[in-house]
Amino acid sequence: MLLTISTTHRPATDLGFLLHKHPDKVQEFSHSFGTAQVFYPEAGDERCTAALLLDVDPIRLVRSRGASSPDFSLGQYVNDRPYAASSLLASALAEVFRTARAGRCAARQELAERAIPLEIFLPALPCRGGAELAHRFFEPLGWQVEAVAVPLDESFPEWGDSRYVRLTLRGEVRLADALNHLYVLLPVLDDAKHYWVASDEVDKLIRAGEGWLAAHPARALITRRYLTRRTALTREALARLAEIGDDLEDALEPPIEEETPEASTEAEPLTGDPTGERLAGEAAAASPRPTPLNLLRREAVLAALDDVGARTVIDLGCGSGQLVGALLANRAITKIAGVDVSAHALTLAARKLKLDRMPEARRDRLDLFQGSLTYTDIRFAGFDAAVLMEVVEHLDPPRLPALERVVFGAAKPGHVIVTTPNAEYNVRYETLTGMRHPDHRFEWTRAEFRDWASAVAARYGYRVAYRPVGDDDPELGSPTQMAIFTAGDDDVRAA
Amino acid sequence: MSEQPEQPVPPVAREIGVPAMALIVLVGVSGSGKSTFARRHFGPTQVISSDFCRGLVADDENDQSATPDAFEMLHHIVGTRLRRGLLTVVDATSVQYQARQQLVALAKAHNVLVDAIVLDVPAELAVERNATRPDRDFGPHVITRQHKDLRRSLGKISRDGFRRVHVLRGAEIDNVTITLEPAWTDLRHRTGPFDIIGDVHGCSSELETLLSTLGYQDGRHPQGRTAVFVGDLVDRGPDTPGVLRRVMGMVEAGTALCVCGNHEQKLVRALNGRKVRVAHGLAESLAQLGEADPEFVTAATAFMDGLISHYQLDEGRLVVAHAGLKEPYHGRASGRVRAFALYGDTTGETDEYGLPIRYPWAEEYRGRAMVVYGHTPTVEPEWVNNTICLDTGVVFGGRLTALRYPERELVSVPAEQVWYEPARPLAGPPQRDPAALDIGDVRGNRFVETRFGGTIRIREENAAAALEIMSRFAVDPRWLVYLPPTMAPPETSRLDGYLEHPAEAFEEFAAAGVTRVVCEEKHMGSRAVAVLARTPEAAEKRFGVADGGAGMVYTRTGRPFFGALMGELVDGLRAAAEPLWAELGTDWLVLDGELLPWSAKAESLIRGQYASVGAAAGAALPEVVAALEAAAGRGLDVGSTLDRARRRQDNAARFRDAYARYCWPVSGLDGVRFAPFQILAAEGRATAVHQPHDWHLDLLARLDSPLIGPTRRVYVSLDSAESRDAAVAWWEAMTAAGGEGMVVKPVERPEGRVQPGVKVRGQEYLRIIYGPDYTESLDVLRRRFLGRKRSMALREHALGLEALSRLADGEPLWRVHEAVFGVLAMESEPVDPRL
Repeated sequence: MLLTISTTHRPATDLGFLLHKHPDKVQEFSHSFGTAQVFYPEAGDERCTAALLLDVDPIRLVRSRGASSPDFSLGQYVNDRPYAASSLLASALAEVFRTARAGRCAARQELAERAIPLEIFLPALPCRGGAELAHRFFEPLGWQVEAVAVPLDESFPEWGDSRYVRLTLRGEVRLADALNHLYVLLPVLDDAKHYWVASDEVDKLIRAGEGWLAAHPARALITRRYLTRRTALTREALARLAEIGDDLEDALEPPIEEETPEASTEAEPLTGDPTGERLAGEAAAASPRPTPLNLLRREAVLAALDDVGARTVIDLGCGSGQLVGALLANRAITKIAGVDVSAHALTLAARKLKLDRMPEARRDRLDLFQGSLTYTDIRFAGFDAAVLMEVVEHLDPPRLPALERVVFGAAKPGHVIVTTPNAEYNVRYETLTGMRHPDHRFEWTRAEFRDWASAVAARYGYRVAYRPVGDDDPELGSPTQMAIFTAGDDDVRAA
Repeated sequence: MSEQPEQPVPPVAREIGVPAMALIVLVGVSGSGKSTFARRHFGPTQVISSDFCRGLVADDENDQSATPDAFEMLHHIVGTRLRRGLLTVVDATSVQYQARQQLVALAKAHNVLVDAIVLDVPAELAVERNATRPDRDFGPHVITRQHKDLRRSLGKISRDGFRRVHVLRGAEIDNVTITLEPAWTDLRHRTGPFDIIGDVHGCSSELETLLSTLGYQDGRHPQGRTAVFVGDLVDRGPDTPGVLRRVMGMVEAGTALCVCGNHEQKLVRALNGRKVRVAHGLAESLAQLGEADPEFVTAATAFMDGLISHYQLDEGRLVVAHAGLKEPYHGRASGRVRAFALYGDTTGETDEYGLPIRYPWAEEYRGRAMVVYGHTPTVEPEWVNNTICLDTGVVFGGRLTALRYPERELVSVPAEQVWYEPARPLAGPPQRDPAALDIGDVRGNRFVETRFGGTIRIREENAAAALEIMSRFAVDPRWLVYLPPTMAPPETSRLDGYLEHPAEAFEEFAAAGVTRVVCEEKHMGSRAVAVLARTPEAAEKRFGVADGGAGMVYTRTGRPFFGALMGELVDGLRAAAEPLWAELGTDWLVLDGELLPWSAKAESLIRGQYASVGAAAGAALPEVVAALEAAAGRGLDVGSTLDRARRRQDNAARFRDAYARYCWPVSGLDGVRFAPFQILAAEGRATAVHQPHDWHLDLLARLDSPLIGPTRRVYVSLDSAESRDAAVAWWEAMTAAGGEGMVVKPVERPEGRVQPGVKVRGQEYLRIIYGPDYTESLDVLRRRFLGRKRSMALREHALGLEALSRLADGEPLWRVHEAVFGVLAMESEPVDPRL
């Protein structure tokens, strides 16, 4: 991968002093992931260009790191890392130009401290979020940005553009700042890191971002992406399965709803998750800072549980455990089970609920375990109420009868509370195309939901009532719909 | 037991019998010799002593403060053994009623019989014995107290709930012989063959017709088969005495067995003068028997009174009970077991006709034994989890049905007329249960027994990963009858420029004793399993899917192909399979093949991964070359870097060509092709197990449809160098033209640990796997480890064949699913995905 830095400051060859690399030499630096070379394709008085060429051998990279590397694409031999500007390039840049990045130059200190005309060129910069994001990130820093999308494959024009842009930055910028901008923003644009994010990453970010990040309008997004957290071993097992299943990594994200991220860099930056951004969009669709829908939904479910007088509750599809946490806070609830099919979600839930530090009295009320709505499960039985909050829409419709049998037929709780999106309301989300989550298999209108719910109720001997959740639009209904099933007194059995 | 003619007859000889599967409680004071007695008569693991348990929980067998914990431990061990069906002897004093009561309750909770053996020795003898044991430091008063307790107990111990209490005194203790009596239900030594006959209800004429249809002549089968009656011989029908006479005669002659039905139970009570409500056809029996010879009535009453709850037959592989029996009750004896066997698992509720609602125990049945029963009249007998109800309501004008065992054939004769009006309409076939699978079928560490690969272990964490994939992404488990195993490459080639070459594949099979292999063209598409039914009705009958679908095509991890186009794809493949229905005498099929083009299913992967890398390389490398050329122009020494950059530019172009070959645009199904290479299973046979590859390929070559692609192949005689060379040339030509490569398989399924096939991939194709520049690093790549991949391929193959065999044998869904789930779980093992 290649990065060139040019200047038209005169004499332009002063760039060699600023970078501490002689323009007439080819210098090599060895890294764990490959070899970096610095050389000058041009070195005149009017214009001087330094090139940083990083030669990454993906095969050696895989062999030396093994499959447990956090950036999944590093586990592949078929890998864009040898060509694209990524966190590997950022690391190489940080080391090779360490002194320059600190703004020190014994020979030309005055020059190191002032802005000079610079042109930075990256032929293949991975840019998750499109060229627009490169503009959004670099322009506030004083750069004039030229970002041209690279087509995916000219033989297949219907495939459109790749995620790479050919990026040229021009501006009057202090060289040390320019290097720090690249150091932070290359991995942020790529949205992947080649090393595990450790606690010292926060320090690194603050140091490199000194003087520009705090005032940057996109600082929240930059911070969250920079401190990307990739998790756990079970995820790798899944990723392996996904690979042979011809699926992209994105599809694997468990359908966990994260808290809507606050627009502040302090608000638990470590919980950043790709789904967070999308949900932020969802919430932003409605006008001025309303209560987020996921919060309203949880409140509505808690109220419904309270109304039916449930003392023991099983949350089927508990995700990262938000409802479970709220139930734990209510001492009237004596037994709580949180079930999810995703082991990753349960790990997250255990962490968020601080399971290992929970007092025994509270811990004893809670059971978290992996289970599936495809299989009957004795552990699901014996609860006053079961909650299926935003779960049914993640199942293919032919699998719903199995869910019905598992929950209403076999587990037979006294009450079942089901929430699901109201598809009619989707027109209210201006930015939404398609469904609200990539894993949704369907979204029902109010009539479709009621058809399903009343048929299930009749088949398994339940009564059913409906409630709106969120703003109840007179024409479209509420964004979330809720059904409350109650087992009939005359316990009618399944036919 | 054995006779002992040589030894002098002991002064007091005693012989006692205890059940072979029971709890035996020894009762006696400390020092009465219980441990010695137990050692002499029972195996060391069969005896659980309180001293031993005290040692376990306190490191000191005499620490009396540990007694409560020790007994908790003892009860746990005893309970576990009883649950597992093991004869267990408790060696504790048990001189107090309370202590015995707990053990009796434990036995009853596990539905096993419980006997007591009392060793009644004089207190002085016990005190004397304890005095010689230095570890027993308690005084004689303890023995005296225990002795008092025992004396008090002896008067009423027979009312404690023991089946029998054997009291031994004096010399009897040393000279007793203990005989293990098999349970009455235990006829496991009788291996059949059997003809199991459903509820007769006094339909004597139909019974005679059925018996002669089955080949019985006057109650005896010329081939020595045994009839087994599921009970309810009596009531409602026209000739209860006739039926009884026939069955009693056959049982007497040893040509039939009969278990007790609820109607026999009630009739006996009525005949014995007990007050019963005369209903449900009892009146007919009483009237008919009233006209019979009183001697016969006495004999019939005795016969019916002696009928037992159920039989275990054929090494435990077959259980017959009137209303069925869940697995923990097989071979057990208790009131609860008898009630289940006679009346079924009732919920205590009644339906709109006033008849008891039955708990659907069969849906949850996971036992290995086949359970055959009657009791609930149905229109058509249907297998549910290896259980079947044979009551087809002959007395209500239905049929009288028998099951031939082990053939699993149903034989039935129609009722001559409606003899009795049913209180409620006969039930149709049991509703197919969409959630017939239980989490217990797949969760945790599992050991799956396979026919062709021994017992295969599925690890808990792999099962957990598979559970998520199965639940979130896979097709309905009823369609998911098979998942293809992974396939290993051959040993790595040492030939210059090659990572894989056919020579190693041929060598490997030749070394394993294989003489003939087939080389099949390896299609570069997406592996696809097609489950097809001739009609939606056939799909419902075989797969239990009643939504009108007639098939499913899914990937190697069980995901459906093409969402909306699935119906069209299935219909096209069903039409294409037309010649196979008649040829194979089946109305369903499972085909293994490859779906083309690769881009049809994998476009997002190709775009996100392969084309992306191509795009990055295409954008970056020309700039790298240009920058290096400029530097070289300035006289800088960048020569070797520049050479390498140019080579990589060329490699990147070849890489783009490599994936582009497998991409072509499709519109709907236009352009999509399915290339089948194996018929995995059809009605009654797992063809993947029993047919050689040439049979599969020849039959599949007859399919003629634009949707079907051919699979080119050559056969190789491994003992001929010419034949091998021809195949190598074929492979070279095919891969040079852009083909992925080939799969080499033994034509006949070999025995033992031989790979079912290995894949030999072409040079250019491997750029997709190992990256554009892999040819620069062959020396590194040759150090790849194949062992794990090869072992996994064998295990997954065994699981796959097992799933197909279970499917073809008509085993229940959960059994098929268990093996299929195992394949998916194995696939989550960390193995180099490039192999």
